[in-house]
Amino acid sequence: MKIVSAIVVLIAAGLLMLAQRRWGERVTASFDRQRRWAFPVSFTAFFLAAALLPVWLNVAQEELAVSVGVFALLSLGLNVVVGYAGLLDLGYVAFWAIGAYTMAILGGTGPLHFAHLSMWEIMPIALVVALLAGVLLGGPTLRLRGDYLAIVTLGFGEIIRILAENLESVTRGAKGITNIPSGELPNSNPVMRAVIHAGIHIENFWIRVYNWFAPGPDHPTRTASRAKSIVFGVNPIPYYLLLLAVIVIMSLVIRRLNDSRVGRAWAAIREDEFAAEAMGVPTLKYKLWAFAIGASTSGFSGVIYASRVRFVDPESFVFIISITILAAVVLGGAGSIAGALAGGAAVTLIPEVLRSLPQRFQDARYGIFGATLILMVIFRPQGLIPSRRRAAELKGGAEETKGPIGAGLPAEVTTGGADGAA
Amino acid sequence: MALLEVSKLRMQFGGLLALDDVDLTIDERQIKGLIGPNGAGKTTFFNCVTGVYQPTSGSVTLDGKSLLRRKPHQVTKLGIARTFQNIRLFANMTALENVMVGLDARNRTSVPGAIARPPRARREEREAVVNGHDLLKRVGIGHLADNVSKNLSYGDQRRVEIARALGTRPKLLLLDEPAAGMNPSEKASLMVLIRSIREEGITILLIEHDMKVVMGICEDVVVLDFGRRIAGGPPEVVQRDPQVIEAYLGAGAAGTADAAGA
Repeated sequence: MKIVSAIVVLIAAGLLMLAQRRWGERVTASFDRQRRWAFPVSFTAFFLAAALLPVWLNVAQEELAVSVGVFALLSLGLNVVVGYAGLLDLGYVAFWAIGAYTMAILGGTGPLHFAHLSMWEIMPIALVVALLAGVLLGGPTLRLRGDYLAIVTLGFGEIIRILAENLESVTRGAKGITNIPSGELPNSNPVMRAVIHAGIHIENFWIRVYNWFAPGPDHPTRTASRAKSIVFGVNPIPYYLLLLAVIVIMSLVIRRLNDSRVGRAWAAIREDEFAAEAMGVPTLKYKLWAFAIGASTSGFSGVIYASRVRFVDPESFVFIISITILAAVVLGGAGSIAGALAGGAAVTLIPEVLRSLPQRFQDARYGIFGATLILMVIFRPQGLIPSRRRAAELKGGAEETKGPIGAGLPAEVTTGGADGAA
Repeated sequence: MALLEVSKLRMQFGGLLALDDVDLTIDERQIKGLIGPNGAGKTTFFNCVTGVYQPTSGSVTLDGKSLLRRKPHQVTKLGIARTFQNIRLFANMTALENVMVGLDARNRTSVPGAIARPPRARREEREAVVNGHDLLKRVGIGHLADNVSKNLSYGDQRRVEIARALGTRPKLLLLDEPAAGMNPSEKASLMVLIRSIREEGITILLIEHDMKVVMGICEDVVVLDFGRRIAGGPPEVVQRDPQVIEAYLGAGAAGTADAAGA
């Protein structure tokens, strides 16, 4: 029953977002003036609901919520690359792996012991490392177009995985790195101690909120309210909330980017790169930015993932993950922030929901998942929560995009004829 | 004073010599025509000037600055804007957004500015909207600002393309067959528009097949054939040049036909 209620909450939230459909979509300031309230209201409502969600979840579902967060963040990042700049990246998992391995190696449990940093200290480092990886890969390859870029990125994704498998002195190869530090705050310096001190108050506040929302006293989870703790450790909730916070920040950042000169440049590149360059858009620079933003978002997700799972090995970063994230972006609606989040949630939740199928269908679980994706692409190619522009692009794809010759027949021609008759 | 100076421009694609030592200068505030039969190298000439192709040899300078070894977006910032033979608007963006992309060539907000939105970024954005509307009004389609450009009529798309090019604040505007596919009254109003752009101090180089348009607005014409410059001068003179007539109508036609009929 709980999974049902969780899904209901998600669907309700999704509908809320659907109701205004325009996240990260305004390209000019003149667009959409009359509905300025719609975005902040739906955005706040959705994330408040999402923040309270753990109240109704059991531990297994909380774990699932963390996975949803990890994939939603990945899909949010890939959406910038694929949905906005229109670059097909088939090796996106590489940046996730880079983030996760940065966490594992700098956390001090790998074969290298030069640093013992906490997740919080590694986060900014991993951000920079992933960003640099994005720029290093993008610099030479973003000169390529379309299919060629897809092939090169696919190769990059595999190279990173194979490196992780073979650089045993750094990554312990196929054995993987275990005992990665969890997200505990380090009390190594006064700033962090102050944060921890404040954290106690936040923790107490959270428990009170939880008790306020929690089901009646006879409910089994009630007595275990400490299990809803937001102190980083074994409990999944703090990771979920951290992911949520990162998603909120990244959504706002990406929305601002899209609603500016940068977003216009991305749209122009996606529509006609040659014309964009001729109109003064430094196309390579903006493609690199898209790549770097996508990569660092993914790296961030990798750090939190590694710190949550506390174990990384090359098998976690296989090609199919890249494809799943791409499917999330397409399924959700390329070019739409709400769509990317919904897509990330969908690719994580659909296989889980299918677990509730009768035993004899279990083997077909991923088959059904695949079929769902295919049906989706056939009947709703623009995605769950499409951006209006991308929907228009898909619709117009088959048609001639130029106005019909002669449709622009000016009024003088017809009125002139009438005058002549008179 | 010469704004654009092109000398001995040569473009070789493998065994094909697309431009063979072409010389061309344009004075400030001039309207110059570049004509020639299909395949003569006119669009290749545009592409060499705007940085799309790196010429095999020769020199191209704008206001004394060399344009060679620059990327197209850098050439645009130096002051050359263009339109395309086959309209190349951003089809799913509105007319206003198309023009704003052009205006952005002079804006400086990048990723950090777009996120933090300091006052300068906000001002640029506001001005881009205002100036975008102004430019669309300027080319006569102010009321179509919020229409998605692929839904506009052919003539209006041409106008959006010109407005987008003007948005980059060019010194020199290159128009590649602006009148193609237009009916006579659209052509007439296009000629009025081109003249008025020149009145604002913008120099214009135009490729055109329609001789009425060329004769109507160009003060000077250069004729290309098989990548070579075969004639140049005032349109009335060029029109009667036997070599030009031959290029358009074939050998033997020179005595009987008029190039304007081509």
